[in-house]
Amino acid sequence: MKDFFEIRWHGRGGQGAKTVALLFADAALATGKYIQAFPEYGPERMGAPVQSFNRLADREITIHSSVENPDVVVVLDQSLMNSIDTTEGLSEGGVIIVNTVKKPSEIRTLCKIRKGIKIFTVDASKISIEEIGSNKPNTPMFGALVKATGILDFDKMIFDTEDKLKKKFKNKPEVVGGNVKSIRRAYQEVISE
Amino acid sequence: MSNIVAKTGNEAMAEAMRQINPDVVAAYPITPATEIVQIFSTFVNDGKVDTIFVPTESEHSAISACIGAAAGGARVMTSTSSQGLALMHEILYITAGLRLPMVICEVNRALSAPINIHCDHSDTMGSRDAGWIQIFSEDSQEAYDQTILAMKISEELFFPVMVTTDGFIISHAMSRLEVFDDKEVQSYVGEHKTPYNVLDIDNPITVGSLVLQDYYMEIKTQQAHEMMKAKEKIKELYADFNKKMKRNYSIIEEYFMEDAEFAIVALGSTAGTARYLCEKLREKGEKVGVVKPRIFRPFFAPEMVAILENVKGIAVLDRSDMMSSTGGHLFNELKSSFYRNSKQPAMKDYIYGLGGRDITVGDIENVLKDIKDFSNSKETTPDVKYITVRE
Repeated sequence: MKDFFEIRWHGRGGQGAKTVALLFADAALATGKYIQAFPEYGPERMGAPVQSFNRLADREITIHSSVENPDVVVVLDQSLMNSIDTTEGLSEGGVIIVNTVKKPSEIRTLCKIRKGIKIFTVDASKISIEEIGSNKPNTPMFGALVKATGILDFDKMIFDTEDKLKKKFKNKPEVVGGNVKSIRRAYQEVISE
Repeated sequence: MSNIVAKTGNEAMAEAMRQINPDVVAAYPITPATEIVQIFSTFVNDGKVDTIFVPTESEHSAISACIGAAAGGARVMTSTSSQGLALMHEILYITAGLRLPMVICEVNRALSAPINIHCDHSDTMGSRDAGWIQIFSEDSQEAYDQTILAMKISEELFFPVMVTTDGFIISHAMSRLEVFDDKEVQSYVGEHKTPYNVLDIDNPITVGSLVLQDYYMEIKTQQAHEMMKAKEKIKELYADFNKKMKRNYSIIEEYFMEDAEFAIVALGSTAGTARYLCEKLREKGEKVGVVKPRIFRPFFAPEMVAILENVKGIAVLDRSDMMSSTGGHLFNELKSSFYRNSKQPAMKDYIYGLGGRDITVGDIENVLKDIKDFSNSKETTPDVKYITVRE
């Protein structure tokens, strides 16, 4: 039925869930896709649960409602899974990618995730602390997403993203290298069951 | 450089403003339109435009400053939303009454109370009688293109124009945008045209004078007649834009209407969601279509009737209410348009999405089911239904 691919990002205010959705859309556009990226605008507070969304397709996307049945859910902060059903609406055969120190099998048991949903995990916080110098799990999770879904060509994506980050951080060029490295590392380190 | 970029609705409108390079922008920020002037002010700061940017202390002052600049022969633009447009209200009438060209990038948002920052069309509909041309945009691409087109319409017809997007749904959603080169836009909008220039000291004139029982009636009748004539000219200007800028816009967009038995009529972003649904239903053989008026003022009544008169049922989606017990703005326009028409399809209003309440494909599918039942029944009332609401 659906002719586009939908992603829901869960994060906490300040973790960059909106930024990474925009970054991902921009990278997908560069590979020739039609894209949408939009955040859910509730009360914006540091640390509060927030969501953002992506749609990707090979043709024009005319639907403008929010994402109800994502194909992929990305969780930037595992602690959100204690209070929110992050798999809500996730379609059968869907994918959830979690930033955590735990293995996918541990997450399945801990969060009671049903069979039929594929779980990927990566310690994006650790990667970002080591590569960027602070806990900014959003960009590494972008790398994990590309690996888990295979939706974008990684080399093309990383080339384009580096270019975009250079423009975005004109005044802080030192952060570009760390971000790019963290995307690469998460791409390599993400694991499934 | 590629002309395909990823931009939000607000970024798209700010980009159109940069390429138009107006002489004066006077503005006051308001959610969700703030980014438009915020981004534009960085263009001013970075010397990317020649515009004089006037930060004012209110929207009332912003549009007043725009009027002064326009009367002095400047090309002017501003941007606002919701309470901001409401605060401009009295000056909107003055802009139109003075026949000054001006473009407002307006982001549709609910009006208080209760306070709400999200999308509905109450703000724009509240100014529908002010003598402005009102253009709705489904997405960022339309917002970008129609902002450029609006500048032309405004200066060719000497009517102020507001171009709207849906707050957050479009204003803050990033999507694929095909942009023009700066030169193409400059060449399209061309030399600034102004009806008069109050600073032309060789030809002194009075602007904004007192006109009582003696001539007010004539002036207002002329303004109304000019709006009637504007309809044909707007069609020509859309055709001209398509030709020069290689786009394909009509004043009323029709999807699958050739043999449609049931039609959804919607403004702005919801028309896109409805179109997606209709594509899916067409695959199943259901004869459903979508009609999207791009322009609400002036209202293209005979054109709407011609498109819709052969269907069995029309479901009008209204993202605003008139609080009159007779439904929303689009419904009332369309109902009036069908008065004394020989064919009278069933018509029902569905008021939805106030204050940003989401409208899904499933919600619109329910509307289609309801309009089919309504069309088949002998009942003619109630013909207004509030949907996407807790019962």
